[in-house]
Amino acid sequence: MSHDRGISSRTSGRLTRARLRPFVPLVVLAVFAALPYSSLSIPVLFDGPLNSPGSLQVLAICLVFGALALGYDLLFGRTGLLSFGHALYFAAGGYGMVILVNRTDWPLWMVTLLAVTGTAALAALLGAVALRTKGIAFAMVTLAFAQIGAITVGRNVGRATGGEEGLTLDWRRLPEPLVGVVNTVNRYWIALALVAIVAFVAHRVADSPAGRVLAAVRDDDRRVDVLGLSPYRYRLFAFVIAGALAGLTGVVYALLVGGVSPHITDSSLTLSVLVMVVLGGPGTRWGPLLGGAAYAFLDNRLGAVGTSETVKHLPSVLAGPLSQPLFILGAIFVLAVYFFPGGLAGLARRLSPLQRVLAPRSVKAQT
Amino acid sequence: MSTLILLLLTGLGLAGLYFLVSSGLSLVFGLADVLNFAHGLFLSVGAYATWWAATHLPGAGSEGPGFLLAVVVGVVAGAAVASIVELVLIRPLYRRTIQQVLVTVGLSLAGVALLQAVWGADARPFPRPAWTSRVTTIGGAAVPNSSLLLAAVAVVVLAALLAFLRFTRVGLVIRAGVEDRAMVAALGIDVRKAFTLVFAVGGAAAALAGILAGVHFTTVSPGQGTSLLIFGFIVVVIGGMGSITGTAWAAVAVGVLQQFVNYYSAGLGDICVVALLALVLLVRPQGLAGVVGGARA
Repeated sequence: MSHDRGISSRTSGRLTRARLRPFVPLVVLAVFAALPYSSLSIPVLFDGPLNSPGSLQVLAICLVFGALALGYDLLFGRTGLLSFGHALYFAAGGYGMVILVNRTDWPLWMVTLLAVTGTAALAALLGAVALRTKGIAFAMVTLAFAQIGAITVGRNVGRATGGEEGLTLDWRRLPEPLVGVVNTVNRYWIALALVAIVAFVAHRVADSPAGRVLAAVRDDDRRVDVLGLSPYRYRLFAFVIAGALAGLTGVVYALLVGGVSPHITDSSLTLSVLVMVVLGGPGTRWGPLLGGAAYAFLDNRLGAVGTSETVKHLPSVLAGPLSQPLFILGAIFVLAVYFFPGGLAGLARRLSPLQRVLAPRSVKAQT
Repeated sequence: MSTLILLLLTGLGLAGLYFLVSSGLSLVFGLADVLNFAHGLFLSVGAYATWWAATHLPGAGSEGPGFLLAVVVGVVAGAAVASIVELVLIRPLYRRTIQQVLVTVGLSLAGVALLQAVWGADARPFPRPAWTSRVTTIGGAAVPNSSLLLAAVAVVVLAALLAFLRFTRVGLVIRAGVEDRAMVAALGIDVRKAFTLVFAVGGAAAALAGILAGVHFTTVSPGQGTSLLIFGFIVVVIGGMGSITGTAWAAVAVGVLQQFVNYYSAGLGDICVVALLALVLLVRPQGLAGVVGGARA
């Protein structure tokens, strides 16, 4: 009897959990929205209390890269498109926003709208050509297009992009609540809103009938073709949506760091985004977001660790590589490809045998 | 007229550099379907090994036989690193193409960071024989010797690779493997040994490209390999992946076009190259030689 009751209570518990599941993201969102009101200090992870401008800035950057990875996953994880040119659309959004703010008197919402639609148009144009190829050739073509973007920005064509030095956002032209260190919290909330928007769009697309077709294109595009649907059109659709999301993310990034620099056009940023998605778990709901945020956070913190006293006292054979965040991240990434193919999101499933072994003991301990 | 000759010959020099970078990429892709992002790392390894040998190794230097010894050290280092990468990192992921690409991406990030940690991010002057910085007058045009050297070495490597693929047994296995790997394996031939060899050959060619790039551009820096790699990719796609002769033609087209356009309007050359890529993809998605490309995913 007691045994039966145990099972039924456990299943009903599972049911409530399943019913509550859709609300978990909202709760997490609320917690993150409330973070600026907490003065909690986390010693190793953050330098100051959570509501200090420094910590909020770090968190906001993490959120932006999480959003970038989540948008990219629409291509890589959901549609199976290995694009090596995603940095182009991120940079297009960022540069577009800074140039429009500095040179026109248009309100910020209009600038954002223009930057995002412009980026989407660029993605549609380049995607239409690049998607004529598949697989590895597609990767190379997108890489080449992105490289042209990087060269154009670096050459400072028409003095529009500032060349090597990049552009600084003219803060006098921005609305008052978004300017200055005091208002870091408002920019943090904007980054959080960005994550909410990107997650909403990405999940909406993935769950729609069109999203099913995207998954089918990823798994077997010839079958989609036989069913009378055009894989090319669906790929282009995913490419444009992902490009627009990257453009929006670029706009928020430029607002957050107060300008743009040519390194965001670099192919290594695209490679980093790929690393974020794979670390997080491609094709999962929240994995890419988690991976992007974790990557940005590690990149930030490992830089601090590399120049810290503990590392400096190590023999130079160790200290040199450890002072390079990219070395550590690259090494983690290679190991992750071998040992955690599902990324962070797959970690729970991989650890479930362990949980099952541990679970009966905890039940026994209760009775 | 002399300008024309100058542009043509320097363009061919650039083409030689691109061919050396992309020949290994093309072979590796044709045989193993691996898009090797770590190829740029092999370039940098070769260049840094030569730079190190020229200053530290007894008997090596920046002139005559000493420089030749330093170049040999660089090429051997490139081939060794490439073979180790294949044996340790690529082989366990046999047939899982995307994972292989991801591993090489991670490797290129970590490798460049490691080079930066050891030798710093700044460009360093590359050791080079004095005659490479002089010019030779051909038909009234003063052509830099380093351009001629690049073109000559590329022609030698092209001839050697073609002879190797045509007249040796391993070359036969590689050619057959590019055509149909499953069939070669079914005949009881160990294709994986050919993989390792192709990686080593590609690594050696890349190292040579890195060294000659150091001689040509007079400096060496950790990121140099990666920026050359992108043009390598473009050449490979235009040429049709897996074909050495296609790669050679594509390298000539890209190098000469870039040089000519850059002469008449600085900076447009790179953009023209990508326009050429887009054009080739629109007209002939499988590339000039058309072994793979768009036809097969």
